[in-house]
Amino acid sequence: MFDYETLKFIWWLVIGVLLMGFAIMDGHDMGVGTLLPFVGRTDLERRAIINTVGPHWDGNQVWFITGGGAIFAAWPLVYATAFSGFYWAMLAVLWAMFFRPVGFDYRSKIDRPLWRKGWDLGLFIGGAVPPIIFGVAFGNLLLGVPFHFDDSLRSSYSGTFWQLLSPFALLAGLVSLSLLTFQGANYLMVRTEGAIYQRARKAALAFGVLLLVSFSLAGIWVSHMKGYAITSGASPDGLPNPLAKMVSVEAGAWLRNYQFYPWTKLVPALAYAGGVLGILFAYLRRPLSAFVSSSLAVLGVIGTAGVSMFPFVMPSSSDPRSSLTVWDSTSSQLTLGLMFGAVVIFVPLIVLYTSWAYKVMAGKVTTEYIEANSNSTY
Amino acid sequence: MISSQLVDLSRLQFAITALYHFLFVPLTLGLSFILVIMEATYVLTGRQIYKDMVKFWGKLFGINFALGVTTGITMEFQFGTNWAYYSQYVGDVFGAPLAIEGLMAFFLESTFIGLFFFGWGRLSKGKHLLVTLLMAVGSNLSALWILIANAWMQDPVGAHFNYHTMRMELTNFWTVVFNPTAQAKVVHTVSAGYVTGALFVLGISSYYLLKNRDTEFARRSFRIAAAFGLAASLSVIVLGDESGYTVTESQQSKLAAIEAMWHTEPAPAALNLIALPDQETESNRYDVQIPYLMGLIGTRSVTKTIPGIAEIKEKNRRRIENGIIALTALERLRRDPQDAQARELFRDHQQDLGFGLLLKKYTSDVSRATPQMIQQAVDDTVPRVAPLFWSFRIMVGLGFSFLALFALAFYYSAKGNFMHKRWLLKWALWFIPLPWVAAEFGWVVSEYGRQPWSIYGVLPTQLSVSSLSTESLHWSIAGFVLFYTGLLIAEMYLMVKYARQGPGSLGTGRYANEPSGT
Ligand code: HDD
Ligand code: HEM
Ligand code: HEM
Repeated sequence: MFDYETLKFIWWLVIGVLLMGFAIMDGHDMGVGTLLPFVGRTDLERRAIINTVGPHWDGNQVWFITGGGAIFAAWPLVYATAFSGFYWAMLAVLWAMFFRPVGFDYRSKIDRPLWRKGWDLGLFIGGAVPPIIFGVAFGNLLLGVPFHFDDSLRSSYSGTFWQLLSPFALLAGLVSLSLLTFQGANYLMVRTEGAIYQRARKAALAFGVLLLVSFSLAGIWVSHMKGYAITSGASPDGLPNPLAKMVSVEAGAWLRNYQFYPWTKLVPALAYAGGVLGILFAYLRRPLSAFVSSSLAVLGVIGTAGVSMFPFVMPSSSDPRSSLTVWDSTSSQLTLGLMFGAVVIFVPLIVLYTSWAYKVMAGKVTTEYIEANSNSTY
Repeated sequence: MISSQLVDLSRLQFAITALYHFLFVPLTLGLSFILVIMEATYVLTGRQIYKDMVKFWGKLFGINFALGVTTGITMEFQFGTNWAYYSQYVGDVFGAPLAIEGLMAFFLESTFIGLFFFGWGRLSKGKHLLVTLLMAVGSNLSALWILIANAWMQDPVGAHFNYHTMRMELTNFWTVVFNPTAQAKVVHTVSAGYVTGALFVLGISSYYLLKNRDTEFARRSFRIAAAFGLAASLSVIVLGDESGYTVTESQQSKLAAIEAMWHTEPAPAALNLIALPDQETESNRYDVQIPYLMGLIGTRSVTKTIPGIAEIKEKNRRRIENGIIALTALERLRRDPQDAQARELFRDHQQDLGFGLLLKKYTSDVSRATPQMIQQAVDDTVPRVAPLFWSFRIMVGLGFSFLALFALAFYYSAKGNFMHKRWLLKWALWFIPLPWVAAEFGWVVSEYGRQPWSIYGVLPTQLSVSSLSTESLHWSIAGFVLFYTGLLIAEMYLMVKYARQGPGSLGTGRYANEPSGT
């Protein structure tokens, strides 16, 4: 159907789409979790907040799981190298996420303040920690990660966990946290009213501004830092072998794609547009438009990271030729083609029934409603 | 070289987290279909009590489901975090069913579980039933795909090794999907889930009957569970037998260990009902045999022989020797892909490459392996006998006891006097935990029995691990144990609380033990 080179490129797009789907969908309920202790003051308010995402968080989380599965199937070398290299970061994400399913489901099943406050804290951790670490991980990808392959393609990571927390990576973590919290605050405005709505609006304005500021700072930083470029080898249509190329490291290399293909500047522009419009609509109390705008900001921010690095996915700082790129970390042509078929069939279906689920559950979740349905809501 | 300690710790962590995940999986699989049956009855008869049943058992289902999801995410990550070389080596084949599982199954079950709980007032009866059905179908589809992946590890069909990319690559996806090992495994495991769900409902209903409260509710639940459980326990045994047959075909070393067959016997072989296997002397110190039975189960014939451990080892010795040739040829090819002689040698011995890799445990330069090393590798190819032998017998023994329980429960529920058979009710109540015991031992048979391979005959477990420090593993295992213990306590507390309280927890005013205040 498609040649190998095209398929490899398509898979870069598909993984991007899955990550964006994750950030838009799971992102908003992580944002809600982050805001929970601040926006909800009383137990009843907190229950209302939790119930805005109650029917959906599980489906949304599958964007994350499927993203992982898709990376495994399409970029096995990236899955293997990144997940084992970032071992403690991955476990931190995982352990933080442990609090979510049980937090949502168990919290309101027992009526003791300590129990409920404990799970509120858990939901906050499960909402705030993963976005920070994802951001930090992206920051490290831009900086390059110390790993190399031996001749049998076994990867070894030679850094430490603490090394991941460099100033730039932390800034990237801040970008990611404010992006998803912004998204969550807009969602809360759509689904709540009264005091919760007012506080969510303030949060949306604050995190929207924080997003624009941190994203701009990160952009300036990236344009000065050392980027990576392929100098030879790595044939896009060849059999994947990450050791067959040469790579140079030079300042400003991450801006190259924008110079060669000026239209790609639209991608960071989208991030700004989404951010500014999101703030504006939140200010004007038009929550649905604000939510759509912050979703566009998600596309823009993730897209910017992707376009800056393309075709790199995971550059190696200690052995640049081991770097993983879109061309040499993929599965075989057969697997890529097959999995693309699966994506084409299932993703539209998923979008369809997820939309239906949101439609069925549409409307404001009020504290009165929670009181009246105390035994059947979260 | 990779430290054995790292490998053992990685295996331990995987075993803990997988066995733990499978504490929640079977109940999800089984209860979801029981909910469908109850709700369909509600839609057909319009009687409120069936709706209450869906809601009450659904509540327990939800408590279990939350931990199923929590622990499932661990599994999804763990191939990358702890089995990086495995992931790079087989991701081309193994990743596909995993990703399809997400796209096709997890989205379905997880989206509709939300509507299952929150959609009651907002959906028509028929639509809500459809939602419940889709949720059940979703969880069973997830079992299908993950077990296809797991079956491929047991019986790696439809793939070949590519020396340019140093990994296994897919040659035929449909061969992987329609792998007979996968089919037997899927039905056996899913049926095990149905048994678990049925016994859970049967046992808790019995508890209410013994306490003589909510009897109407409990009787109807009991009947549904008895019928469903009988069908499921028949299926688990028939398909368990089918699994045994596919194991005979694809994994002789596992079968020999399960059966403590140290030597090939003339066909048809006898079955060791019980035995005291002794690994040192490679013989059984004591055994009780049933003549012919093993041959019949394993080969479905009276003439075919089943190889014993000693013979399997001799065959594997030859394969290891061939594997050395394959591996040295591969190393030459990696240095110079144009080396025609190496390519030919590799082609001729490629099917034994995995056996050559077994020696990597003992030396990094396999071409210099000593006879002792080869002997050690040969000994490795058959898993330890006693754990397998006993795990298998526990599972099978429990399987027959479930069949007996459900047969009686069904018989008396057809006669309509089960409420008065207190011994039966007590039996059902005390048996609640045992399907889990059977299922966990089943996994031990399947996974421990696959050792020393992570991909049978292709990739040794030893090589599959990530390059991590043993210190990292110590801490991560400690973390998992800590988290999982805490979560289990919370889960069990809620489960027992609501199971005891019974349908009164719905706060409808129709049952005993209504919550005070509301
Ligand atoms: C026979 C069935 C079976 C087996 C062998 C496994 N699982 Fe599982 N898994 C399920 C059956 C299941 C399920 C029934 O679909 C679950 C369990 C309880 C639940 O809530 O959904 C689930 C949940 C579940 C989830 C959460 C899905 C969600 O959010 O809805 C993930 C990511 C995984 N599993 C991944 C795995 C992996 C990577 C496994 C292999 C190592 C694995 N599972 C073994
Ligand atoms: C949830 C049900 C499962 C249980 C209870 C289970 C149990 C186990 C156990 C006990 C081990 C350790 C064996 C040993 O090292 O001696 C193990 C290892 C392993 N299992 Fe499973 N398993 C399950 C499902 C799966 C599935 C579905 C897959 C693949 C799709 C899988 C892949 C592996 C891998 C990669 C290892 C580590 C390598 C190895 O030791 O061979 N497991 N599992
Ligand atoms: C009574 C007759 C039974 C027989 C003959 C039987 C047979 C088997 C065999 C041969 C295997 C290993 C398959 C492999 O290694 O690939 C297996 C695995 C397993 N068994 Fe059973 N079994 C029986 C009952 C049960 C019961 C009652 C349960 C649980 C309620 C159960 C749960 C499992 C599970 C979860 C596995 C691991 C998954 C798999 O490999 O299919 N079994 N069984």
